[in-house]
Amino acid sequence: MTIRVSLSNRQIMLTEPQIIPMHFEKANLKANEYKSDVKPIWCPGCGDFGVLSSFYKAISEMGIPPEQLVIASGIGCSGRFPAFCKAYGFHGVHGRVLPLATGIKMARPELVVCAVGGDGDAFSIGMGHFPHAARRNVDITYIVMDNEIYGLTKGQASPTSPLGLEKKSTPYGNVDRPLNPAMLALASGATWIGRGFSAKPKDMTELIKQAIAHKGFSFLQIYSPCVTFYDTYDHYKQVTKPLPADHNPTDRALAMKYAMDTESLYLGLYYQEDRPTYDDAYSGLRQKATKGEYSIEKLFARYRR
Amino acid sequence: MPQVDLTVRVGGDSAAGGIVTTGEIVARIAAFSGLEIYTTRTIPAEIKGGHVMFQLRTSDEPVYSQGDDVDMLIAFDQLSIDSYHKLIKPGGFLIYNSNDGAPPARADIKEYGLPLNDIAKKINFSRGRNIVTIGAMVKLFDLPYDKAEEVVKRQLGRKKELLDQNLLALRTGYEYVEQNITTESPYHLIPASGLVEQDRLVMNGNQALSMGAIAGGCRFYAGYPITPASDIMEFLAAEFPQINGTMIQAEDEIAAINMCLGGSFAGARSMTATSGPGVALMVEALGHATMTELPVVLVDVQRAGPSTGMPTKVSQGDLRLAIFGAADDAPRIVVAPVSVEDCFYQMVNAFNLAEKYQTPVIFLSDQDMSVRVVTLPPFDMNRVKLEPRLLWDPASITSDPANNSSNGAGGKTTGEREYLRYKLTDSGVSPMSLPGMPGGQYTAEGLEKEESGAPAYTAEIHTRNFKKRARKLANAINDYTAWEMFETFGDDSAELAIIGWGSTIGPVKEAVMRAQKEGMPVAVLYPKLLYPIPVEHLNSFIERRKKIIVPELNFTGQYGRMLQAQFEREMIPLTRYGGTPLAARDVYDKIKQVYETIRANE
Repeated sequence: MTIRVSLSNRQIMLTEPQIIPMHFEKANLKANEYKSDVKPIWCPGCGDFGVLSSFYKAISEMGIPPEQLVIASGIGCSGRFPAFCKAYGFHGVHGRVLPLATGIKMARPELVVCAVGGDGDAFSIGMGHFPHAARRNVDITYIVMDNEIYGLTKGQASPTSPLGLEKKSTPYGNVDRPLNPAMLALASGATWIGRGFSAKPKDMTELIKQAIAHKGFSFLQIYSPCVTFYDTYDHYKQVTKPLPADHNPTDRALAMKYAMDTESLYLGLYYQEDRPTYDDAYSGLRQKATKGEYSIEKLFARYRR
Repeated sequence: MPQVDLTVRVGGDSAAGGIVTTGEIVARIAAFSGLEIYTTRTIPAEIKGGHVMFQLRTSDEPVYSQGDDVDMLIAFDQLSIDSYHKLIKPGGFLIYNSNDGAPPARADIKEYGLPLNDIAKKINFSRGRNIVTIGAMVKLFDLPYDKAEEVVKRQLGRKKELLDQNLLALRTGYEYVEQNITTESPYHLIPASGLVEQDRLVMNGNQALSMGAIAGGCRFYAGYPITPASDIMEFLAAEFPQINGTMIQAEDEIAAINMCLGGSFAGARSMTATSGPGVALMVEALGHATMTELPVVLVDVQRAGPSTGMPTKVSQGDLRLAIFGAADDAPRIVVAPVSVEDCFYQMVNAFNLAEKYQTPVIFLSDQDMSVRVVTLPPFDMNRVKLEPRLLWDPASITSDPANNSSNGAGGKTTGEREYLRYKLTDSGVSPMSLPGMPGGQYTAEGLEKEESGAPAYTAEIHTRNFKKRARKLANAINDYTAWEMFETFGDDSAELAIIGWGSTIGPVKEAVMRAQKEGMPVAVLYPKLLYPIPVEHLNSFIERRKKIIVPELNFTGQYGRMLQAQFEREMIPLTRYGGTPLAARDVYDKIKQVYETIRANE
């Protein structure tokens, strides 16, 4: 199978588009065949290892061809994620993974686009982009590895750190109330919202598969403890539990109720909704705008005296 | 010598509405009647209220600047009379609203008071005063009425009902003069010998550059509204969906440029447009584009700063930001068009440079050029050649075994990732793969890296990559002459020279014509590739001069100082930084002053 891709985005007027062969048939690769030769530099025991290995598994089981997959990231320990995968990757600047992923998806809607990052990247410096990617319903999957701490800069409080946490930048205790990512996603219009825990790899793989399969903006928050600066494994093992079996993920108010619970941290699929994706909506707009054959000479003629 | 050379100034309060519309319609009537036009304006940053000035210069020959003196004033209020009455040249004209102001006595000009409020009331269209005035002017200056009607229809034809009212207002103004002032037109703007009707487009700089982007193959735009760049986004919002392009109004400038990088990574020719404050926000991502070696075009429609500054006033103050605004040395290409027409062609060059060298290109326009409506020859699509991005050829993997190993120190490439995205080449440009190409997978990496893209921090790798990034730009200088990215005029043997950039070329051209007529030869060079500096070409120009003036619209003389540092030659600054365009008279005065010092030292 081939697809016409040109240097100027399916350009129609001035140059012949280049034909680049594209393979759409399902890839038949084992999980470890998605590993690149760049070895992760994370601390032994880091939650991100679990996320990465579930990710390999998920894309392998889904049969996504590596060349069809783009993984974008920002800055942070988790920002290194793309380099460890044999897919196309984009390691962006701090906090800008969602605009990057939006640009990639809108230029080439046929690609599978994943965005990955941490809680600082997503909810501090990059917060301005989160609600917009969600409300546009850009068809991408956003995996946030939430460790409630700044790991790469060696242990400062993050926007999801709990009140009172004593760390290097909060020697007398954190006074900044933590954000609630799931509530943010629900309020912003994300159409798929889930939560996982890196110590539960099976569930995590399942969630990643669902998130990628969902058509629209999927937001997956994964508790991914930082063993070096804020080890929360035991804490999460105690307070997390699966969403009740009778939870209805199309019920937004119910999803909010579970998301608001700070005693028990529920894992699983909170919410899912069908809504036109950004690229679908834009295709519709193209049809609406197109009137007959376009030529640049006709455009010039509109300005001729 | 031109037979006609007339400068018309329109003044009024924007709260009353339609000052700029009046000016633009008058300008277009002149253009549609066969004349050449050149307009400028100063408007307040407020949506409603505040004084507005619009100026049109029109001639039967090409016009290069806004005109220093006023031949005709159309004053809609007393403030405009007070401000500009004294600027009217002897023998000039004043048209004013006699219901809302009275001019001081002047015997050397002709005055036409129109009771605009009364006339508008009579036709039940109080907002139609400006169109009534245009009708009057058409009669007073003997302009073809059918052209006036055509322009009003084109400019105001969106709402049928309102159009009928406007056409009535036009007719009423015309007839008012005929019945109450004079049946014979006192002035004939069109020469008696007639005009040679030439094929002309009528547009402003933002429109020309938007068309240049389309012609240059751009199909991805993300931007954030900012004066005076917003209408580029609006233009492409209307066009792009028709040509399979994508226009995204982003949540902020940072998102806009990052979306462009995403689009470019995926293969699209991508651009954003903003002004100084937006460029400041995009600086980090620009450095990232240099580091990841991604093509992207950023249009900076410069306005007066710093900070919020004067959003609707002109400046050329972003040159340093454009060239050097980055963490560490992040080389990029900076291009500046010199005219509305040139905006089109330099956009094509900007995209070609970006794609060819896989680098960000900043395109420096300015507020004055962005809104300046001019007549220009139709764009020549034969001059538009698209330079492709160097794409990776998957076949090269098997045919070139050298590809399979990284030759870098500290490299730990095992050969598993065979494609080397950041391969060291003589040109510095490495073939790029696009998502979808099997075997071409790589990570566009903001960290320092091996040829494969794998992060690596050794001194050797960092050193060689700095050289790689610089090598690309050094090669780009070759296109400066090959693509004729400069303009030169005047007397090439002159001892006195002007080197300038951007939209100051118009007033410079006029001043030089006048100076040369008076026996003061001047050589002029306007590079359109500002960075990298085309050192050889500039040097051969500079070394033949005794004195060099560098005119620019900023406080410190940014271009002049850069040239001074590069060539170790004194560059005499001619700086203006009040938010208004350069005046031909200022340039002339400076030429005269410097010319006299050369003579005095002989």
